[in-house]
Amino acid sequence: MNNPRILEIRRGVLEKNDLLAQQLRTRFNEAGVYVVNLVSSPGAGKTALLEVMLRHLRESGLNAGALVGDLATDNDAKRLARSGAPAHQIETGGNCHLEADMISDHLAEWGIDLSDFDYLFIENVGNLVCPASYDLGEHLRAVMLSVTEGEDKPLKYPTMFNSSDVALITKIDIAEAVEFDRKAAYTNIQAIRPGMVTFETSAKTGRGVDAWLSYLAERREALHTAAPEAESS
Amino acid sequence: MHELSIAYNLVDIASQAAQEAGASGVDAVYLRLGKLSGVEKDALLFGYDIAIKGTLLEGSRLEIEDVPVMVYCPVCDAVSELPDIQLFCCPQCGTPTGDIRQGKELEILSLEIDDEQPAYS
Repeated sequence: MNNPRILEIRRGVLEKNDLLAQQLRTRFNEAGVYVVNLVSSPGAGKTALLEVMLRHLRESGLNAGALVGDLATDNDAKRLARSGAPAHQIETGGNCHLEADMISDHLAEWGIDLSDFDYLFIENVGNLVCPASYDLGEHLRAVMLSVTEGEDKPLKYPTMFNSSDVALITKIDIAEAVEFDRKAAYTNIQAIRPGMVTFETSAKTGRGVDAWLSYLAERREALHTAAPEAESS
Repeated sequence: MHELSIAYNLVDIASQAAQEAGASGVDAVYLRLGKLSGVEKDALLFGYDIAIKGTLLEGSRLEIEDVPVMVYCPVCDAVSELPDIQLFCCPQCGTPTGDIRQGKELEILSLEIDDEQPAYS
């Protein structure tokens, strides 16, 4: 005879991912590497901007690497490698986002020593929905919005914009040509995440890249000050 | 769409818990779903029916409790429900606030299970 009863469990559906992400963050802290998760819709210019960022960092004598997620092909890793920085492709095989276990598996496969790096950039799969739910152990999540996409993107994808720490407006060099409404874009970003730091960037002209990288350097410094034990290990 | 993979995670956790409790079957799974969880309710229900096939949860229903977003306003010193996730400001005084106190939940609360033997408690 069946006796229905209620079994309380109270468990997070993504608890495995969250736990692994926490372990990754501890590993990143111990290695002294600052990790940034870059998210955007497809075609917002993640790879183009990242290539310029990697080049700038390299010229400043800093070591930065990139893990790049795509549904298929290793074209982006090849493109990023042109900057001279180490890059490793994660082909998700149809998965629309990266998960923490993919990061830890691919770090092992890549075989780099994290403590050799100042920065690690994770270029997520181009998608403004699914990546929002998955912590990858990053220190900072940056969402990109290109001037060609429409200023209301933050309102259409509030979860992603709200879960991100910084907004990067990309392709600002063509803002005038596409009649980008700067005021509307800022209003919408601030509506979804009040106080969100926003940078205007161009991979083509390099505009805004230094300001964004200076911001990252400050954040990285703050992390090291907050966790001095990470420095000594 | 990542709801199918979320559904598989959910079913894994629930069937393991049901098994450990010695259940012979599961009638329902109760889930708390925050408005800011990034998970779409209908897509999750659709994914659930696929993910339960061939598991202890087959034939069960997914009961979803919608969890509203609650924000703290430093001016009012109060937590209130955000009526609209396109505008993060205090619904009382209009002060912008990003201090989210609730709404990101994606949590299995409980299961309604069948015991193989009569329960003693």
